[in-house]
Amino acid sequence: MLAIGLTHYLWVAAILFATGIFGVFLNRKNIIIILMSIELMLLAVNINFVAFSAYLNNLVGQVFAMFVLTVAAAEAAIGLAILVVYFRNRGSIAVEDINTMRG
Amino acid sequence: MIISALAFYVFAAIAIVSGVMVVAARNPVHSVLFLILAFFNAAGLFVLMGAEFLAMILVVVYVGAVAVMFMFVVMMLDINFAELRQGFLRYLPIGGLIGLILLVEMLAVLAGWQLAPEARVVETFAAAPPPAEVTNTHALGQLLYTHYIYLFQVAGLILLIAMIGAIVLTHRRRPGVRRQNIAEQIARRDSIEIRKIPTGKGL
Repeated sequence: MLAIGLTHYLWVAAILFATGIFGVFLNRKNIIIILMSIELMLLAVNINFVAFSAYLNNLVGQVFAMFVLTVAAAEAAIGLAILVVYFRNRGSIAVEDINTMRG
Repeated sequence: MIISALAFYVFAAIAIVSGVMVVAARNPVHSVLFLILAFFNAAGLFVLMGAEFLAMILVVVYVGAVAVMFMFVVMMLDINFAELRQGFLRYLPIGGLIGLILLVEMLAVLAGWQLAPEARVVETFAAAPPPAEVTNTHALGQLLYTHYIYLFQVAGLILLIAMIGAIVLTHRRRPGVRRQNIAEQIARRDSIEIRKIPTGKGL
């Protein structure tokens, strides 16, 4: 209980990831919360990377976690930009209205 | 030992609770604030694992930039959030079921996994040096600027493209806004004339 090992961190990451998935399903209409849930999932992935990096004494995990951070930041920027443009055009951000591209 | 274990449990508990609050909060502004709290505590976990550089990056980039960007968007858009909350309870059973199944699956994997013997390579170019000699930031930089220099450059390009994309997407030319057009100002010819003023008479 007191010796904190790899498994403890993996537990935390698993719970955070499941919370992110849960949030995506729970807030089906609010795309901002969906984006935040995706950020939570990426955070859980990063915790996994860093935990294994520390456990295996190998720095590649931390390098990869940094790239994940980069891509997550880019994704958030683009997603929010699309959201702002969509709101400007339609006056709402309800995901259910975004079906005109369905073809 | 006990202090680090205690710190782990505190950080982990606050991170998980604030993660739940991100998806369950009634007000999106509170969601963003809980997201910031979750990031701070994850940074604490990173520090506990010895990844100080990533912890600081998480605080600076995520709390300082991404979360604030979320905050801007939430506050800038005039959205009726109560309307968006509808259907929350309708999706609760299916969402909870899927989340629970996923969690159980991941925990089952966690309970039964084993490390392959060849996975633990001690002699590798990326082996972490002992923290007493080389700091985490130094070691990461030495790896990133040598072996991963191309990937590092590509990461910078991705950020550049994201920046250009966000600007192109949100930039708009609004009608009715008067701007200074310097070229037009300089090119004005008709409205200027030169007159000879007689001395003592005035115009």
